[in-house]
Amino acid sequence: MQKLKEFVKKNPSFTVFALLALAIVLIAIFAPFIATHDPYEAVLADAVQAPSAEHWFGTDKMGHDLFSRAIYGARTSLSAALILVAIIVVVGTTLGIIAGYFGGIVDAVIMRISDMMISFPGMVLAIAVAGILGANIRNAIIAISIVSWTKYARLSRSLVLKIRNCDYIAAAQLTGSKTGYILTKYMLPNVLPTILITGATDIGSMMLEIAGLSFLGFGAQSPTAEWGLMLNEGRAYMTAAPWLMIFPGLAIFITVVIFNLLGDSLRDVLDPRS
Amino acid sequence: MSELILEAKHVTKKYPASGGRTLIANNDINLSIYKGRTLGIVGESGCGKSTFMRMAISLETPTEGDILFHGKSILGLKGEELRQHRQNIQMVFQDPTAAFNPKMKIMDIICEPLLNFKRIKKSEKEEVARKYLELVELPGDFATRYPHNMSGGQRQRVGIARALTLEPEIILCDEATSALDVSVQKNIIELLVKLQKEKDIAFGFICHDMALVQSFAHQVAVMYLGNIVEVLPGSSVAEDSKHPYTQALIGSIFDLNMDFSKPIESIDSEAPSPLDVPVGCPFQNRCDRCMEICKKERPTLKNVTENHQVACHLYQEVEG
Repeated sequence: MQKLKEFVKKNPSFTVFALLALAIVLIAIFAPFIATHDPYEAVLADAVQAPSAEHWFGTDKMGHDLFSRAIYGARTSLSAALILVAIIVVVGTTLGIIAGYFGGIVDAVIMRISDMMISFPGMVLAIAVAGILGANIRNAIIAISIVSWTKYARLSRSLVLKIRNCDYIAAAQLTGSKTGYILTKYMLPNVLPTILITGATDIGSMMLEIAGLSFLGFGAQSPTAEWGLMLNEGRAYMTAAPWLMIFPGLAIFITVVIFNLLGDSLRDVLDPRS
Repeated sequence: MSELILEAKHVTKKYPASGGRTLIANNDINLSIYKGRTLGIVGESGCGKSTFMRMAISLETPTEGDILFHGKSILGLKGEELRQHRQNIQMVFQDPTAAFNPKMKIMDIICEPLLNFKRIKKSEKEEVARKYLELVELPGDFATRYPHNMSGGQRQRVGIARALTLEPEIILCDEATSALDVSVQKNIIELLVKLQKEKDIAFGFICHDMALVQSFAHQVAVMYLGNIVEVLPGSSVAEDSKHPYTQALIGSIFDLNMDFSKPIESIDSEAPSPLDVPVGCPFQNRCDRCMEICKKERPTLKNVTENHQVACHLYQEVEG
């Protein structure tokens, strides 16, 4: 408890953003208790109503309650973004460490594939992949993973290369350490802080990517409560019913800002130089 | 003569360089390390000392030649076999700041080799680490420290402790004292000599300080541009060295009692690039006794007396 207090005192900004992020996660988990209506209950008689005491954020063209949909949207967007970041961090870091440590042909193959991935505009390739696999949220995650892992591979590879030829790696080999042991006990702890910071900062932008794909119709499909999709559905009514875009947009904005700032403050916490 | 442990036979190491050229780091090296004795390898930077050592500890493989450990070649070893073999030869690194994982405690560093070969249990770590720290004359409390909380000399002792844990037959020291203060150098050498007497370990000691090496090495090999030019007993380096390069190295030693009225001899000009080794004797362009034959024919190591070999055209082979 004492330690926790000291930590909070030392890292006030991280504490604030961690609490805010936690709040968003809690909203996603307890969505059924917070939402005022069933987000999938269409009451056509109530379609496209302005915000009121009954419908706090108004309703969409199908008569769905927008507040409830925005709350449930946190579930879809947040879980999709977290799964996505987890996939690309694990895949990218693993491949990067392997490429950096073994070098030679392994390195060449992995890094040329990654070069191919970044020579395409990411969103276009993601659209192509989502187009081939079919449009749903799972395929959107796969599509974005395929184009986004390269960043982590390059980052961890460069960090591994920095210590690869240090005497202490040779010493570890000489004293009979197995390769797997060197990779997990020497290489991984060396890359992990930087990778975690990048990953935390990426949660926001990955959420935007998913929302972007959904907005273009390659991600979540109607009537799923997903913020990008909700933006797209509201687009046709932008002048007549601006709340259809304002509230999902605000939800994306707030969430992305919080996770970005969380990533930034995590950097301050983990940076050993401070 | 004591038992032969490690033997390098005609070891040559070439690296491909840009423009289709080859860099000859080691050229036809023959060296032996005997049980309980110290082999010093002396030479300028870049003469191939470290390359030879990296081959001896199986971090690199020679282009030609063979390295035998107790008569068996170690070049073909792979995977688990190689890992098991590593217990026989350990190493102390040059730079004690780079030789340890900065994120590991001293006791983890010292016990890692033992844990790798499952010789101790995790719970015995601190106890074992203390034992080895005391063996290298450090306080046992250092076990819980991190490397950056220690001085260079203390860290080098930890390096020696780590090399000792697996009870190897050979410990190779790659300029193990050159990053240390002169006063600390002496202590480290004394420690090595003491450990050698106690445990009968063979040392391979790579160094560029002729005065330091001859003070404790049983045998000294002088290396120049990838070639061994002279092998002689450490005790006879001062009086009995034959090769012009060895004599030049001795002439350039600074000494407190030296006669300052005489000029300090330095060797003129640079060593030729190992990318472009001249025909004939590698030392020809810097040798003040260079003859016609030196430019045409490469001298080979010849016995001039027992235990003393020189590769120089000035000296003739002694039979028997």
